[in-house]
Amino acid sequence: MGLAVRIIPCLDIDDGRVVKGVKFVDIRDAGDPVEIARRYDRAGADEITFLDITASHEDRETLVHVVEAVAAEVFIPLTVGGGIRSIADVRRMLNAGADKVAINTAALRDPDLVREAAERFGSQCIVVAVDAKRVGDDEQNPRWEVFTHGGRKPTGIDAVEWAGRMAAAGAGELLVTSMDRDGTRVGFDNALNRAISEHAGVPLIASGGVGSLQDLVDGVQQGQADAVLAASIFHFGEYTIAEAKAHMADAGIEVRR
Amino acid sequence: MAVMKVAVIDYGMGNLRSVARALEHVGAESVVVTDNPAVIQGCSRVVFPGQGAVRDCMSALQAHDLLGVLEQVMADRPFLGICMGMQALMERSEENQGVTALGRFAGTVRHFRALTADNPALKIPHMGWNGVEQSQAHPLWAGIANGERFYFVHSYFVDPRSPDIVYGESEYGGRFAAAIGAENVFATQFHPEKSQQPGLRLLQNFLAWDGQACN
Repeated sequence: MGLAVRIIPCLDIDDGRVVKGVKFVDIRDAGDPVEIARRYDRAGADEITFLDITASHEDRETLVHVVEAVAAEVFIPLTVGGGIRSIADVRRMLNAGADKVAINTAALRDPDLVREAAERFGSQCIVVAVDAKRVGDDEQNPRWEVFTHGGRKPTGIDAVEWAGRMAAAGAGELLVTSMDRDGTRVGFDNALNRAISEHAGVPLIASGGVGSLQDLVDGVQQGQADAVLAASIFHFGEYTIAEAKAHMADAGIEVRR
Repeated sequence: MAVMKVAVIDYGMGNLRSVARALEHVGAESVVVTDNPAVIQGCSRVVFPGQGAVRDCMSALQAHDLLGVLEQVMADRPFLGICMGMQALMERSEENQGVTALGRFAGTVRHFRALTADNPALKIPHMGWNGVEQSQAHPLWAGIANGERFYFVHSYFVDPRSPDIVYGESEYGGRFAAAIGAENVFATQFHPEKSQQPGLRLLQNFLAWDGQACN
Protein backbone atom coordinates (compact mmCIF):
# COMPACT_ATOMS: atom_id res chain seq x y z
CA MET A 1 0.00 0.00 0.00
CA GLY A 2 1.20 3.49 -0.75
CA LEU A 3 0.09 7.07 -0.60
CA ALA A 4 -3.51 7.59 -1.73
CA VAL A 5 -4.52 10.25 -4.22
CA ARG A 6 -6.76 12.69 -2.40
CA ILE A 7 -10.22 13.78 -3.47
CA ILE A 8 -11.01 17.25 -2.23
CA PRO A 9 -14.43 18.81 -2.51
CA CYS A 10 -14.14 22.56 -2.72
CA LEU A 11 -16.73 24.77 -1.10
CA ASP A 12 -16.85 28.30 -2.44
CA ILE A 13 -18.03 30.48 0.40
CA ASP A 14 -19.79 33.81 0.18
CA ASP A 15 -20.89 35.40 3.44
CA GLY A 16 -21.02 32.07 5.26
CA ARG A 17 -22.89 30.16 2.54
CA VAL A 18 -21.61 27.67 -0.02
CA VAL A 19 -21.85 28.74 -3.64
CA LYS A 20 -20.32 27.55 -6.88
CA GLY A 21 -19.90 29.83 -9.80
CA VAL A 22 -19.62 28.60 -13.34
CA LYS A 23 -16.77 30.61 -14.82
CA PHE A 24 -17.18 32.68 -11.64
CA VAL A 25 -20.32 34.35 -12.93
CA ASP A 26 -23.39 32.14 -12.70
CA ILE A 27 -23.65 31.47 -8.97
CA ARG A 28 -26.04 29.01 -7.34
CA ASP A 29 -26.58 28.48 -3.60
CA ALA A 30 -25.61 25.01 -2.38
CA GLY A 31 -26.14 25.39 1.34
CA ASP A 32 -24.68 25.45 4.81
CA PRO A 33 -20.90 24.89 4.95
CA VAL A 34 -20.87 23.06 8.29
CA GLU A 35 -23.54 20.61 7.24
CA ILE A 36 -21.91 20.05 3.87
CA ALA A 37 -18.45 19.56 5.38
CA ARG A 38 -19.86 17.02 7.83
CA ARG A 39 -21.56 15.19 4.97
CA TYR A 40 -18.40 15.13 2.88
CA ASP A 41 -16.36 13.90 5.84
CA ARG A 42 -18.77 10.98 6.30
CA ALA A 43 -18.84 10.35 2.57
CA GLY A 44 -15.08 9.81 2.53
CA ALA A 45 -13.63 13.12 1.34
CA ASP A 46 -9.89 13.17 2.06
CA GLU A 47 -9.74 16.90 2.74
CA ILE A 48 -12.03 19.88 2.42
CA THR A 49 -11.15 23.24 0.90
CA PHE A 50 -12.99 26.48 1.55
CA LEU A 51 -12.48 29.30 -0.89
CA ASP A 52 -13.78 32.68 0.17
CA ILE A 53 -14.87 34.08 -3.18
CA THR A 54 -15.79 37.59 -2.20
CA ALA A 55 -13.24 38.17 0.52
CA SER A 56 -14.54 41.47 1.76
CA HIS A 57 -13.39 42.24 5.26
CA GLU A 58 -16.75 41.41 6.89
CA ASP A 59 -17.03 38.13 5.03
CA ARG A 60 -13.61 37.04 6.23
CA GLU A 61 -14.82 37.37 9.78
CA THR A 62 -17.81 35.21 8.86
CA LEU A 63 -15.44 32.66 7.37
CA VAL A 64 -13.44 32.47 10.61
CA HIS A 65 -16.60 31.35 12.40
CA VAL A 66 -17.40 28.84 9.66
CA VAL A 67 -13.91 27.35 9.95
CA GLU A 68 -14.20 27.17 13.74
CA ALA A 69 -17.54 25.41 13.53
CA VAL A 70 -16.32 22.91 10.94
CA ALA A 71 -13.02 22.20 12.72
CA ALA A 72 -14.88 21.37 15.92
CA GLU A 73 -16.49 18.31 14.37
CA VAL A 74 -14.68 17.38 11.18
CA PHE A 75 -11.33 15.65 11.73
CA ILE A 76 -9.79 15.69 8.28
CA PRO A 77 -7.52 18.42 6.90
CA LEU A 78 -9.14 21.76 6.12
CA THR A 79 -7.69 24.27 3.68
CA VAL A 80 -8.87 27.87 3.58
CA GLY A 81 -8.16 30.29 0.76
CA GLY A 82 -9.40 33.56 -0.61
CA GLY A 83 -8.40 36.93 0.71
CA ILE A 84 -5.33 35.72 2.61
CA ARG A 85 -3.11 38.79 2.39
CA SER A 86 -0.85 38.85 5.41
CA ILE A 87 0.85 36.83 8.12
CA ALA A 88 -1.96 37.94 10.42
CA ASP A 89 -4.55 36.47 8.03
CA VAL A 90 -2.64 33.17 7.94
CA ARG A 91 -2.44 33.04 11.71
CA ARG A 92 -6.12 33.86 12.14
CA MET A 93 -7.20 31.02 9.85
CA LEU A 94 -4.81 28.51 11.46
CA ASN A 95 -6.04 29.51 14.90
CA ALA A 96 -9.63 29.10 13.75
CA GLY A 97 -8.81 25.49 12.92
CA ALA A 98 -7.57 25.51 9.33
CA ASP A 99 -4.70 23.10 8.66
CA LYS A 100 -3.55 24.89 5.53
CA VAL A 101 -4.09 28.27 3.99
CA ALA A 102 -3.99 28.96 0.29
CA ILE A 103 -2.28 32.18 -0.74
CA ASN A 104 -3.03 33.48 -4.21
CA THR A 105 -2.89 37.13 -5.32
CA ALA A 106 -1.01 38.28 -2.24
CA ALA A 107 1.92 36.04 -3.21
CA LEU A 108 2.18 37.89 -6.52
CA ARG A 109 2.14 41.25 -4.80
CA ASP A 110 4.61 40.17 -2.15
CA PRO A 111 6.55 36.96 -2.93
CA ASP A 112 8.25 37.19 0.47
CA LEU A 113 4.89 36.54 2.14
CA VAL A 114 5.11 32.85 1.21
CA ARG A 115 8.67 32.53 2.49
CA GLU A 116 7.82 34.31 5.70
CA ALA A 117 4.62 32.34 6.28
CA ALA A 118 6.41 29.03 5.63
CA GLU A 119 9.20 29.96 8.03
CA ARG A 120 6.74 31.04 10.69
CA PHE A 121 4.14 28.26 10.43
CA GLY A 122 5.85 25.50 8.43
CA SER A 123 5.61 24.58 4.74
CA GLN A 124 3.01 21.93 5.53
CA CYS A 125 0.35 24.59 6.02
CA ILE A 126 1.20 26.92 3.14
CA VAL A 127 -0.50 26.25 -0.17
CA VAL A 128 0.08 28.58 -3.09
CA ALA A 129 -2.83 28.87 -5.49
CA VAL A 130 -1.80 29.37 -9.10
CA ASP A 131 -4.49 30.50 -11.54
CA ALA A 132 -3.11 29.84 -15.01
CA LYS A 133 -4.28 30.45 -18.56
CA ARG A 134 -2.78 29.30 -21.86
CA VAL A 135 -1.09 32.01 -23.87
CA GLY A 136 0.13 31.88 -27.48
CA ASP A 137 -1.15 29.35 -30.01
CA ASP A 138 1.71 26.88 -30.28
CA GLU A 139 -0.14 23.65 -29.48
CA GLN A 140 3.09 21.67 -29.41
CA ASN A 141 4.78 23.92 -26.87
CA PRO A 142 2.05 25.31 -24.67
CA ARG A 143 2.81 28.16 -22.32
CA TRP A 144 0.73 29.39 -19.44
CA GLU A 145 0.60 32.69 -17.68
CA VAL A 146 -0.53 33.50 -14.15
CA PHE A 147 -3.80 35.44 -14.15
CA THR A 148 -5.60 37.24 -11.35
CA HIS A 149 -9.13 38.51 -10.77
CA GLY A 150 -10.82 35.27 -11.75
CA GLY A 151 -8.83 34.95 -14.95
CA ARG A 152 -9.36 38.46 -16.23
CA LYS A 153 -6.01 40.11 -15.48
CA PRO A 154 -2.76 38.80 -16.97
CA THR A 155 0.40 39.22 -14.92
CA GLY A 156 3.03 38.47 -17.55
CA ILE A 157 4.45 35.76 -15.25
CA ASP A 158 5.06 32.27 -16.60
CA ALA A 159 2.91 29.91 -14.51
CA VAL A 160 5.31 26.94 -14.47
CA GLU A 161 8.25 29.09 -13.47
CA TRP A 162 6.15 30.83 -10.82
CA ALA A 163 5.03 27.52 -9.34
CA GLY A 164 8.68 26.45 -9.04
CA ARG A 165 9.59 29.73 -7.37
CA MET A 166 6.77 29.34 -4.85
CA ALA A 167 7.81 25.77 -4.02
CA ALA A 168 11.38 26.99 -3.50
CA ALA A 169 10.09 29.79 -1.27
CA GLY A 170 8.45 27.22 1.01
CA ALA A 171 5.02 26.39 -0.38
CA GLY A 172 4.29 22.82 0.72
CA GLU A 173 1.67 22.30 -1.95
CA LEU A 174 0.33 23.98 -5.09
CA LEU A 175 -3.33 24.41 -5.98
CA VAL A 176 -3.30 24.78 -9.75
CA THR A 177 -6.45 26.03 -11.44
CA SER A 178 -6.78 26.22 -15.19
CA MET A 179 -8.72 29.38 -15.88
CA ASP A 180 -9.40 28.09 -19.39
CA ARG A 181 -11.07 24.99 -18.02
CA ASP A 182 -12.76 26.29 -14.89
CA GLY A 183 -16.49 25.75 -15.22
CA THR A 184 -16.24 24.09 -18.64
CA ARG A 185 -16.55 20.44 -17.51
CA VAL A 186 -14.15 19.22 -20.20
CA GLY A 187 -11.42 18.04 -17.79
CA PHE A 188 -8.28 19.42 -16.15
CA ASP A 189 -5.53 21.03 -18.22
CA ASN A 190 -3.27 18.01 -17.76
CA ALA A 191 -0.39 19.43 -19.77
CA LEU A 192 -0.29 22.37 -17.37
CA ASN A 193 -0.39 20.14 -14.29
CA ARG A 194 2.27 17.82 -15.64
CA ALA A 195 4.58 20.71 -16.49
CA ILE A 196 4.22 22.11 -12.97
CA SER A 197 4.50 18.68 -11.31
CA GLU A 198 7.79 18.02 -13.06
CA HIS A 199 9.18 21.47 -12.38
CA ALA A 200 8.10 22.17 -8.80
CA GLY A 201 8.45 18.80 -7.02
CA VAL A 202 5.87 19.50 -4.30
CA PRO A 203 2.38 17.96 -4.18
CA LEU A 204 -0.08 19.38 -6.69
CA ILE A 205 -3.84 19.73 -6.38
CA ALA A 206 -5.46 19.85 -9.82
CA SER A 207 -8.43 22.15 -10.16
CA GLY A 208 -10.70 23.56 -12.84
CA GLY A 209 -12.78 21.75 -15.43
CA VAL A 210 -13.95 18.45 -13.90
CA GLY A 211 -17.06 17.15 -15.64
CA SER A 212 -16.73 13.39 -15.31
CA LEU A 213 -15.09 10.76 -13.14
CA GLN A 214 -12.70 9.95 -15.97
CA ASP A 215 -11.42 13.55 -15.71
CA LEU A 216 -10.25 12.73 -12.18
CA VAL A 217 -8.37 9.66 -13.44
CA ASP A 218 -6.79 11.66 -16.26
CA GLY A 219 -5.75 14.35 -13.81
CA VAL A 220 -3.70 11.79 -11.90
CA GLN A 221 -2.42 9.66 -14.78
CA GLN A 222 -1.75 12.42 -17.29
CA GLY A 223 -1.34 15.46 -15.08
CA GLN A 224 0.57 13.73 -12.23
CA ALA A 225 -1.77 15.38 -9.74
CA ASP A 226 -1.48 14.23 -6.11
CA ALA A 227 -4.95 15.42 -5.31
CA VAL A 228 -7.99 16.37 -7.34
CA LEU A 229 -10.31 19.17 -6.41
CA ALA A 230 -13.88 19.40 -7.62
CA ALA A 231 -17.05 21.17 -6.68
CA SER A 232 -20.12 21.00 -8.88
CA ILE A 233 -19.93 17.30 -9.79
CA PHE A 234 -20.17 16.55 -6.07
CA HIS A 235 -22.25 19.45 -4.82
CA PHE A 236 -25.17 18.84 -7.13
CA GLY A 237 -25.27 15.12 -6.44
CA GLU A 238 -24.10 13.96 -9.87
CA TYR A 239 -21.51 11.66 -8.30
CA THR A 240 -20.65 10.63 -4.78
CA ILE A 241 -17.12 10.61 -3.39
CA ALA A 242 -17.42 6.82 -3.18
CA GLU A 243 -18.26 6.58 -6.89
CA ALA A 244 -15.29 8.78 -7.72
CA LYS A 245 -13.00 6.59 -5.62
CA ALA A 246 -14.36 3.38 -7.11
CA HIS A 247 -13.75 4.73 -10.61
CA MET A 248 -10.21 5.77 -9.72
CA ALA A 249 -9.47 2.46 -8.03
CA ASP A 250 -10.68 0.60 -11.14
CA ALA A 251 -8.17 2.64 -13.12
CA GLY A 252 -5.40 1.43 -10.81
CA ILE A 253 -5.11 4.57 -8.69
CA GLU A 254 -4.66 4.21 -4.93
CA VAL A 255 -7.45 5.81 -2.96
CA ARG A 256 -8.51 5.77 0.67
CA ARG A 257 -11.69 3.75 1.20
CA MET B 1 -12.94 10.85 41.37
CA ALA B 2 -10.48 13.41 40.17
CA VAL B 3 -10.89 14.60 36.59
CA MET B 4 -8.20 13.21 34.29
CA LYS B 5 -6.27 16.12 32.87
CA VAL B 6 -4.47 15.93 29.54
CA ALA B 7 -1.78 18.46 28.70
CA VAL B 8 -1.20 19.47 25.10
CA ILE B 9 2.22 21.08 25.13
CA ASP B 10 2.10 24.46 23.42
CA TYR B 11 5.47 25.79 22.36
CA GLY B 12 4.30 27.85 19.39
CA MET B 13 4.74 25.14 16.75
CA GLY B 14 1.56 24.72 14.79
CA ASN B 15 -2.14 24.18 15.07
CA LEU B 16 -2.57 22.64 18.52
CA ARG B 17 -6.24 23.41 18.88
CA SER B 18 -7.20 20.65 16.49
CA VAL B 19 -5.36 18.15 18.71
CA ALA B 20 -7.17 19.49 21.77
CA ARG B 21 -10.53 19.46 19.99
CA ALA B 22 -10.03 15.89 18.79
CA LEU B 23 -9.13 14.76 22.34
CA GLU B 24 -12.27 16.43 23.66
CA HIS B 25 -14.30 14.83 20.89
CA VAL B 26 -13.24 11.34 22.04
CA GLY B 27 -14.09 12.05 25.65
CA ALA B 28 -11.17 13.79 27.37
CA GLU B 29 -12.74 15.57 30.32
CA SER B 30 -10.13 18.26 30.66
CA VAL B 31 -7.61 19.24 28.01
CA VAL B 32 -5.16 22.05 28.74
CA VAL B 33 -3.14 23.61 25.95
CA THR B 34 -0.22 25.03 27.87
CA ASP B 35 3.46 25.95 27.98
CA ASN B 36 3.49 26.13 31.78
CA PRO B 37 5.79 23.42 33.26
CA ALA B 38 3.85 23.32 36.53
CA VAL B 39 0.55 22.81 34.73
CA ILE B 40 2.06 20.06 32.55
CA GLN B 41 3.42 18.49 35.71
CA GLY B 42 -0.10 18.42 37.15
CA CYS B 43 -1.57 16.48 34.20
CA SER B 44 -1.83 12.71 34.15
CA ARG B 45 -1.26 12.43 30.38
CA VAL B 46 0.79 14.49 27.97
CA VAL B 47 0.45 15.06 24.24
CA PHE B 48 3.45 16.56 22.47
CA PRO B 49 2.42 17.76 19.00
CA GLY B 50 4.21 20.04 16.60
CA GLN B 51 4.92 20.93 13.00
CA GLY B 52 7.84 22.45 11.21
CA ALA B 53 11.55 21.90 11.73
CA VAL B 54 13.40 20.18 14.57
CA ARG B 55 15.78 23.11 14.99
CA ASP B 56 12.90 25.54 15.56
CA CYS B 57 11.19 23.01 17.79
CA MET B 58 14.24 22.60 20.02
CA SER B 59 14.85 26.34 20.36
CA ALA B 60 11.15 26.91 21.10
CA LEU B 61 11.24 24.24 23.83
CA GLN B 62 14.30 25.92 25.30
CA ALA B 63 12.74 29.38 25.09
CA HIS B 64 9.61 28.12 26.87
CA ASP B 65 11.77 26.40 29.48
CA LEU B 66 10.14 23.05 28.79
CA LEU B 67 13.14 20.68 28.53
CA GLY B 68 13.13 19.75 32.20
CA VAL B 69 9.45 18.95 32.51
CA LEU B 70 9.53 17.08 29.19
CA GLU B 71 12.29 14.82 30.43
CA GLN B 72 10.25 14.04 33.49
CA VAL B 73 6.87 13.39 31.86
CA MET B 74 8.51 11.30 29.13
CA ALA B 75 9.66 9.01 31.93
CA ASP B 76 6.65 8.68 34.19
CA ARG B 77 3.23 8.97 32.47
CA PRO B 78 1.38 8.17 29.22
CA PHE B 79 3.02 10.35 26.60
CA LEU B 80 2.01 10.77 22.95
CA GLY B 81 4.24 12.52 20.42
CA ILE B 82 2.71 13.61 17.11
CA CYS B 83 4.61 14.47 13.90
CA MET B 84 7.35 16.90 14.98
CA GLY B 85 6.63 15.65 18.49
CA MET B 86 7.84 12.22 17.29
CA GLN B 87 10.89 13.49 15.41
CA ALA B 88 12.03 15.58 18.38
CA LEU B 89 12.25 12.41 20.50
CA MET B 90 15.23 11.16 18.48
CA GLU B 91 18.89 11.90 19.21
CA ARG B 92 19.46 14.21 16.29
CA SER B 93 18.13 15.49 13.00
CA GLU B 94 20.19 15.89 9.86
CA GLU B 95 18.38 19.11 8.92
CA ASN B 96 20.37 22.38 9.02
CA GLN B 97 23.67 20.47 9.08
CA GLY B 98 22.58 18.60 12.17
CA VAL B 99 20.50 19.47 15.22
CA THR B 100 20.62 17.75 18.61
CA ALA B 101 17.15 16.67 19.72
CA LEU B 102 15.66 15.23 22.93
CA GLY B 103 17.37 11.83 22.70
CA ARG B 104 14.56 9.75 24.17
CA PHE B 105 15.16 7.22 21.38
CA ALA B 106 18.36 6.21 19.60
CA GLY B 107 18.34 7.20 15.96
CA THR B 108 18.15 10.15 13.64
CA VAL B 109 15.71 12.25 11.61
CA ARG B 110 16.50 12.25 7.89
CA HIS B 111 15.23 14.02 4.79
CA PHE B 112 12.90 12.07 2.48
CA ARG B 113 15.31 12.50 -0.41
CA ALA B 114 17.24 9.64 1.19
CA LEU B 115 14.25 7.37 0.43
CA THR B 116 12.95 8.88 -2.78
CA ALA B 117 16.26 9.44 -4.59
CA ASP B 118 15.56 6.59 -7.04
CA ASN B 119 12.13 7.96 -7.84
CA PRO B 120 12.20 11.72 -8.43
CA ALA B 121 8.50 11.65 -9.34
CA LEU B 122 7.73 11.21 -5.62
CA LYS B 123 7.02 14.67 -4.32
CA ILE B 124 8.18 16.06 -1.01
CA PRO B 125 6.58 16.67 1.47
CA HIS B 126 5.00 13.24 1.80
CA MET B 127 1.45 14.51 2.10
CA GLY B 128 -1.81 12.64 2.37
CA TRP B 129 -3.32 9.35 3.52
CA ASN B 130 -0.95 6.41 3.67
CA GLY B 131 -1.37 2.92 5.06
CA VAL B 132 0.28 2.00 8.34
CA GLU B 133 1.39 -1.60 8.86
CA GLN B 134 1.38 -2.41 12.55
CA SER B 135 4.78 -4.03 13.12
CA GLN B 136 4.02 -4.85 16.76
CA ALA B 137 0.89 -5.06 18.86
CA HIS B 138 0.26 -2.10 21.12
CA PRO B 139 -2.71 -0.93 23.22
CA LEU B 140 -2.90 2.20 21.04
CA TRP B 141 -3.70 0.05 17.98
CA ALA B 142 -6.78 -1.44 19.68
CA GLY B 143 -9.73 -1.55 17.28
CA ILE B 144 -7.66 -0.17 14.37
CA ALA B 145 -7.23 -2.42 11.33
CA ASN B 146 -3.71 -3.32 10.31
CA GLY B 147 -2.90 -1.28 7.19
CA GLU B 148 -5.42 1.46 8.03
CA ARG B 149 -4.68 4.81 6.40
CA PHE B 150 -3.70 7.89 8.39
CA TYR B 151 -2.97 11.47 7.33
CA PHE B 152 0.70 12.44 7.00
CA VAL B 153 2.48 15.64 6.12
CA HIS B 154 6.26 15.74 6.56
CA SER B 155 9.53 16.15 4.66
CA TYR B 156 11.73 14.32 7.20
CA PHE B 157 11.33 10.82 8.58
CA VAL B 158 12.54 9.02 11.70
CA ASP B 159 15.27 6.41 11.24
CA PRO B 160 15.55 4.52 14.56
CA ARG B 161 18.71 2.61 15.40
CA SER B 162 16.76 -0.38 16.68
CA PRO B 163 13.67 -1.94 15.03
CA ASP B 164 12.47 -2.84 18.53
CA ILE B 165 10.91 0.59 19.01
CA VAL B 166 9.02 0.54 15.68
CA TYR B 167 5.28 -0.06 16.09
CA GLY B 168 4.12 1.00 12.62
CA GLU B 169 5.64 1.34 9.18
CA SER B 170 4.61 3.08 5.98
CA GLU B 171 5.99 3.16 2.47
CA TYR B 172 7.02 6.19 0.43
CA GLY B 173 10.02 5.55 -1.76
CA GLY B 174 11.05 3.09 0.94
CA ARG B 175 9.75 1.93 4.28
CA PHE B 176 9.91 4.32 7.19
CA ALA B 177 8.79 4.40 10.82
CA ALA B 178 5.23 5.72 11.10
CA ALA B 179 4.92 4.97 14.82
CA ILE B 180 7.48 4.30 17.52
CA GLY B 181 7.32 3.66 21.22
CA ALA B 182 8.73 2.18 24.41
CA GLU B 183 7.38 1.96 27.94
CA ASN B 184 5.05 4.91 28.55
CA VAL B 185 5.90 6.72 25.31
CA PHE B 186 4.16 6.33 21.96
CA ALA B 187 4.68 8.60 18.96
CA THR B 188 3.22 8.85 15.48
CA GLN B 189 4.55 10.52 12.36
CA PHE B 190 0.96 10.87 11.12
CA HIS B 191 -1.66 13.20 12.55
CA PRO B 192 -4.30 11.19 14.43
CA GLU B 193 -6.26 14.40 14.99
CA LYS B 194 -6.65 14.74 11.21
CA SER B 195 -7.13 11.06 10.39
CA GLN B 196 -10.87 10.79 10.86
CA GLN B 197 -12.21 7.63 12.54
CA PRO B 198 -8.96 5.64 12.88
CA GLY B 199 -7.16 8.69 14.23
CA LEU B 200 -9.89 9.44 16.73
CA ARG B 201 -9.77 5.80 17.83
CA LEU B 202 -6.04 6.05 18.45
CA LEU B 203 -6.58 9.16 20.60
CA GLN B 204 -9.36 7.40 22.47
CA ASN B 205 -7.00 4.46 23.05
CA PHE B 206 -4.41 6.90 24.37
CA LEU B 207 -6.89 8.27 26.91
CA ALA B 208 -7.57 4.72 28.11
CA TRP B 209 -3.91 3.62 28.10
CA ASP B 210 -2.19 2.72 31.38
CA GLY B 211 1.24 3.49 29.93
CA GLN B 212 2.39 -0.09 29.56
CA ALA B 213 3.66 -1.01 26.11
CA CYS B 214 2.51 -4.64 26.10
CA ASN B 215 -0.81 -6.25 26.90
